[in-house]
Amino acid sequence: MLRLVGVSKIYNAGTSDEKAALKGIDLDVREGELVTIIGSNGAGKSTLLNVIAGTITPDEGHIVLDGTDITDWPEHRRSRWIARVFQDPAAGTAPNMTIEENLALALARDGRRTFRRGVTDERRQAFRERVRQLGIGLENRLGVKVGALSGGERQALALLMATLCRPKLLLLDEHTAALDPKRAAWVSELTVGLIRELKLTALMVTHNMKQAIEMGDRLIMMDEGEVILTYEGEAKRSLTVERLLQSFERVRGSMLDTDRAVLA
Amino acid sequence: MAAALIGAVEAGLIFGVMALGVYLSFRVLNFPDLTVDGSFVTGAALASILVVYGVSPWTANLAAFVAGATAGLITGVLHAWGKINPLLSGILMMIALYSINLRIMGRPNIPLLHQRTMWTDLAPWTERLQTVVPGADHLIVLFVLGLMVLAMKLILDWFLKTEIGLAVRATGDSPRMVRSFSGDTRRFIVLGLAVSNAYVAFAGALMAQYGGFADIGMGIGMIVVGLASVIIGETLFRQTSLHRLTAAVIAGAVLYRIIIALALRARFLETGDVKLITALIVILALVLPEWRGGRKMTKAKPASRILRPLPSEGGEVGASPGGRLQDL
Repeated sequence: MLRLVGVSKIYNAGTSDEKAALKGIDLDVREGELVTIIGSNGAGKSTLLNVIAGTITPDEGHIVLDGTDITDWPEHRRSRWIARVFQDPAAGTAPNMTIEENLALALARDGRRTFRRGVTDERRQAFRERVRQLGIGLENRLGVKVGALSGGERQALALLMATLCRPKLLLLDEHTAALDPKRAAWVSELTVGLIRELKLTALMVTHNMKQAIEMGDRLIMMDEGEVILTYEGEAKRSLTVERLLQSFERVRGSMLDTDRAVLA
Repeated sequence: MAAALIGAVEAGLIFGVMALGVYLSFRVLNFPDLTVDGSFVTGAALASILVVYGVSPWTANLAAFVAGATAGLITGVLHAWGKINPLLSGILMMIALYSINLRIMGRPNIPLLHQRTMWTDLAPWTERLQTVVPGADHLIVLFVLGLMVLAMKLILDWFLKTEIGLAVRATGDSPRMVRSFSGDTRRFIVLGLAVSNAYVAFAGALMAQYGGFADIGMGIGMIVVGLASVIIGETLFRQTSLHRLTAAVIAGAVLYRIIIALALRARFLETGDVKLITALIVILALVLPEWRGGRKMTKAKPASRILRPLPSEGGEVGASPGGRLQDL
């Protein structure tokens, strides 16, 4: 489904601040697979997601989605196929627009926008049904501005919007990190539910090791722009946080910087 | 006094059309577009010269609309594709338009005193009405202007509710979101600025025919007038729904003209003081709510953007561990 071949990205090349964010990443994500990505701050997780989404152009390498080389495609063209939920609840929704207007915008993932009315009665009915699945009563507040919602509600809505038109690939960039633990757990549950229901292929960056171990079909750990550990199948099922930390030490010869990586 | 007030309302309605354009760029697109000072004159200049050459004033209005759209389009392209900062894009276009406007007019001032304008076209109607209702000449001007402003408002309301309009609004609100839903934000900025300046230039054309002249200097400070109207409308009416906000903006423009008309009755003030008064109104409107601890007049930022620096587009490099807030 998604293939990365030798993808590299260097920030501030040629200066004293030079930093290799990605060092020749090769990654093959299968159809219907959920891959969780962990790593400490600066490991290159977000850069990886940004390179796939098209926010950042890689210096080297190719990105192939469903057989098409999309390396040179701008972000707005890739998003016909690639959906995204950001860490910042303000980024994935438009706060000064109503819930139904946000959903209408999300409906145009094919990039075809016309001078027809964005929110029609027919669409409103469909939105109501879809939003009802969240189970938080948003179906009765479709005309409310998104800015009036809580962070958790906004992330849930952003998730719903991202999957409103089934994308080929879903990118989740620490989308629960700005929420309190209870709401984060709820949004994670929603995420897993939606991915299963729509049989989505997804990449999820998280700081939460336990979550990364519990969720998904494959776990990859990044460090200094490289994929250093990969677990799937039986190896992933028997994985624990302690084992993961031990493996990191074995590979890297040092302790993982844990102030950013949440253990629990 | 009554005549002065009616005059203020009429001019206010014309400025209302311009204020709608300023509302679109400043508030909806979140783009402080200074092209306005130039495009207002472009509209006035083009409509005037066309009228002088015998073109129908209604066609001239339409031409002004298109010319304004072109000016906005260029400002948008300078910013979106040329990657020039929004303020500078507008200033560059404004200054370029000064020369262009002079070229259009051929001289700094075009009087329209004995030309066919919208108002001379309406004269037969006015006369007929005047035989029934004495003093109707001013009323019909008010009525026609009111209808035109209403039409322009309804068109803007409609536009902002279309699929494309929603994308334009979201571009000012959350550009990253638009790009993540197959929207090229550059195009929406260009489109928004084109519509915005089309409105401004159209208002310029109306103003030239209403005032009976086009002048190269008539656009100076227009952006501040527009902003004053938007702020007065927003502050006094405190509306949140789109169609009420656009109505509030027009009402703000009318109120602005009334305030100016009243202020000018003070003996120590001269006509030339208008721009100073305008600046003071905007300054007061910006500063007073700060003192009262009320709503800030600059576009309210979501708390998250104020409290926590966004991670740079470059990813994790600059993100600070302490910057993580629980539940925004």
